[in-house]
Amino acid sequence: MEPLMAVTIGVLFATAIYMMLRRSIVKLVIGLMLLSNAANLLIFATAGMRRGAPPLVPEGLAAPESAVADPLPQALVLTAIVIAFGVLSFAVVLVRRAWEIVRADDLDRMKDTDT
Amino acid sequence: MQLVVLGGFLLAGMAPLLHRWFGSRTPLLMAALPAGIAAWLLAQWPAIVAGEALRLEWAWAPGLDISLTFLIDGLSLMFALLISVIGALVLAYSGEYLRGHRDLPRFLVVITAFMMSMLGLVLADNLVALFVFWELTSITSYLLIGFNHTDATARKAAQQGLLVTVGGGLALLAGFVMLAQAGDSWSLQALVERGDALRQHELYTPLLICVLLGAFTKSAQFPFHFWLPNAMAAPSPVSAYLHSATMVKAGIYLLARLHPALGGSETWTLTLSLVGALTMATGAFLAIHHTSIKKLLAYSTVMALGTLTLLLGIGTPGALSAFVVFLLAHSLYKGALFLIAGILDHETGTKDVTAMGGLRRVMPLTATLSVVAGLSLAGLPPLLGFVGKELMFASVLDATAWRWLLLALAFPAAFLTLAVAAIVTLRPFFGARRETPRTPHEPPFAMLAGPLLLASLSLWLGLAPGGLDGLTNAILAGIGAPDAGVHLALWHGVNLPLVLSVASLLLGALVYRHWDRLRLALRRLDPLMARGPEAGYAALMAGLVSLSAWQTRFLQNGYMRNYLVMTLLVLLGLVGHAFFFRHGLAIELGLSVHFHEAVVAGLMVAGAVTACVMRARLAAVAAVGVMGFSIALTFVLFSAPDLAITQLLVETLTVVLLALVLFRLPRFATLSTPLERLRDLVVATLTGGLITLLMLSVLSGERLPRISDWMVANSQPLAHGHNIVNVILVDFRALDTLGEIFVLALAAVGVYAMLRFHAGEYEARDDGRTGGPPDG
Repeated sequence: MEPLMAVTIGVLFATAIYMMLRRSIVKLVIGLMLLSNAANLLIFATAGMRRGAPPLVPEGLAAPESAVADPLPQALVLTAIVIAFGVLSFAVVLVRRAWEIVRADDLDRMKDTDT
Repeated sequence: MQLVVLGGFLLAGMAPLLHRWFGSRTPLLMAALPAGIAAWLLAQWPAIVAGEALRLEWAWAPGLDISLTFLIDGLSLMFALLISVIGALVLAYSGEYLRGHRDLPRFLVVITAFMMSMLGLVLADNLVALFVFWELTSITSYLLIGFNHTDATARKAAQQGLLVTVGGGLALLAGFVMLAQAGDSWSLQALVERGDALRQHELYTPLLICVLLGAFTKSAQFPFHFWLPNAMAAPSPVSAYLHSATMVKAGIYLLARLHPALGGSETWTLTLSLVGALTMATGAFLAIHHTSIKKLLAYSTVMALGTLTLLLGIGTPGALSAFVVFLLAHSLYKGALFLIAGILDHETGTKDVTAMGGLRRVMPLTATLSVVAGLSLAGLPPLLGFVGKELMFASVLDATAWRWLLLALAFPAAFLTLAVAAIVTLRPFFGARRETPRTPHEPPFAMLAGPLLLASLSLWLGLAPGGLDGLTNAILAGIGAPDAGVHLALWHGVNLPLVLSVASLLLGALVYRHWDRLRLALRRLDPLMARGPEAGYAALMAGLVSLSAWQTRFLQNGYMRNYLVMTLLVLLGLVGHAFFFRHGLAIELGLSVHFHEAVVAGLMVAGAVTACVMRARLAAVAAVGVMGFSIALTFVLFSAPDLAITQLLVETLTVVLLALVLFRLPRFATLSTPLERLRDLVVATLTGGLITLLMLSVLSGERLPRISDWMVANSQPLAHGHNIVNVILVDFRALDTLGEIFVLALAAVGVYAMLRFHAGEYEARDDGRTGGPPDG
């Protein structure tokens, strides 16, 4: 599965970067979302993907009986998902605020401090 | 000793406080420190002259082989004595020279700090410590040249001096690193013993070039000589101390110190002889262009520094003893003459020698001292300068390479220097009395003490140069001529050097006699002079400014996507290069994919691509949502239930938020040209491809043992949790989670603030305008 994910993640990164290079600030935000998802997936998939073995300890045992999926990247990604959401909501509100003041969706019209 | 030097820096910092307590007596009080150091050094004299070297160990960073160890042998003893004795005199002198000056405390801070840096420089045994002190002297010199900071010329001169010496300092640092590599030690004492190995080493030529660049810039050698005359913008005591007696000799000191380690090769001999001789001729020739007494002296300092370099280049025992004597003689008479120049400036209010005359009647003592020091500068008997000059001529005649060219440069330098000596010592004091801006009289004793002591030393050592035999031999042993057994004498009988001296006396007198006419004639050369090395410096600076202006316009142009593209291209270039050329592409992977997994991956790709091409905002948001939910499905399929739950929740919230906010924004417009889109597409595809390749390569590589095995094994026994991911988040890595909560709280505060305070309210509050945006 990992080679397929590698290609998928590459495409996600490419779309994210393409969107971040647009002049529209809303497209930039969408690019940001794509980028954070792609990065999360990258961490998750690089650690190795395992089917049907969640990192849980069965009731009454001290450790799982057979090998389980790596819990550490999962913990990292979980943190990252939540933080990405925080950043995104901040960015979205910022965009809205910028629109209210500048009345422009064009980053090129915001390159000076006095617009 | 180290404690004294470091304590000296502390004293420097306390100078303003002392000045508040003791007022104008502070400089005299502070002069006690260098005087004490000088006394201690004099106490070491007998042992050092007997051939011992005092080594004071002081570990600094032993793991890095960096120490603050001081080494006191003949060479460092002579330098340290010059620094501390002249330092004490200069401190006492400047108390009078700058009496009542608003910035006297600042002056005391910087000059004391300089004194300590210079002492550290000549005493340090470790290359790193030496370099630190070396740069400290550059910085303090900068502050002292620019002491009169309201004067634009002084500021410019200070900057020029700093840039030239610090630029050389950079080269020196590179040279030191190579030197330490080649010699396998950072200790000067150890390096000096490995001369043969160093000269054979393949790094020898590059490290020699770097070290020489550092030394030549510091010691104002041609073609870097121009900063020194400009540095005369500093107050006179500074010129006497830094720019003739001590700091400019730091480069010379370094060359002498490294002579046994690096000297003797053909490159060394030729470079040093030629640069030295050229500097001599340039300095002496340019000197007679000027009428300002300080400029005259500064150019003759350049000439003297060139002489010292030349003598080190020749490198025979005779040349090295000439080096020692000439160095000592120069520090004594030039220090005295600069202090006298300061007195003249202070008393008459002008620096122009042509505006002064007949001063011997009003200041007889100053005039006497000036003539004594001037005789030494001119190289006339019975002064130390004469001994030095005779030895210099003898060693030039002994030189193995290019003897006649060196002589052709050294001889005119000698008679022009003689003319300079006559100009600065005879012109102001003899002849008809001229009116000056201020009415002159003898200066206070504190100002005369310096010239008095230095001039008498010049005379005494000239009459009895044998007193220097011990020190000279001790120094020669340290700089590559052991067992030279030198005996210095004033009179060597009638020989070729003496004939040259007499000839230079006659020619010098001739130049002095016709100086006014000569100067006018030389003025015709001014356009040519304007194209000298200083013009090169100016062009370099102008080039630097326009280059940085260009690169600011090009790189920091305010377009965010340009920054992004630039960053990505650099990333692609560096990572791609390392990946393909260093690491090599080796991917071996088996592929086992279930049909439904392929469908999920396909959905992700489709969602992402659709989000890029959609023209409607809500459709784009929905497409991103599809991708997000597909990722959640992937988490479900590959054993990450917690991730799946979180992703589902967050994705739902995100879509709702986006839909709500973006609803108020305008539709997408096509803002870029097809060409721009193509460029972005190429950059994006390349980056995506690189990431895919990197990931495939990582997956094919060897795996290190997993850290998480410990977490899996200990989750239940240690933390009593069955869900290992949760245990990691709230127990093993709880601090990370705390940080995460903090970030979220910050974001929430920001979002709240932005939603709560509307733009319209700002405008209404700030400048009283009414009517915000309709939806504000």
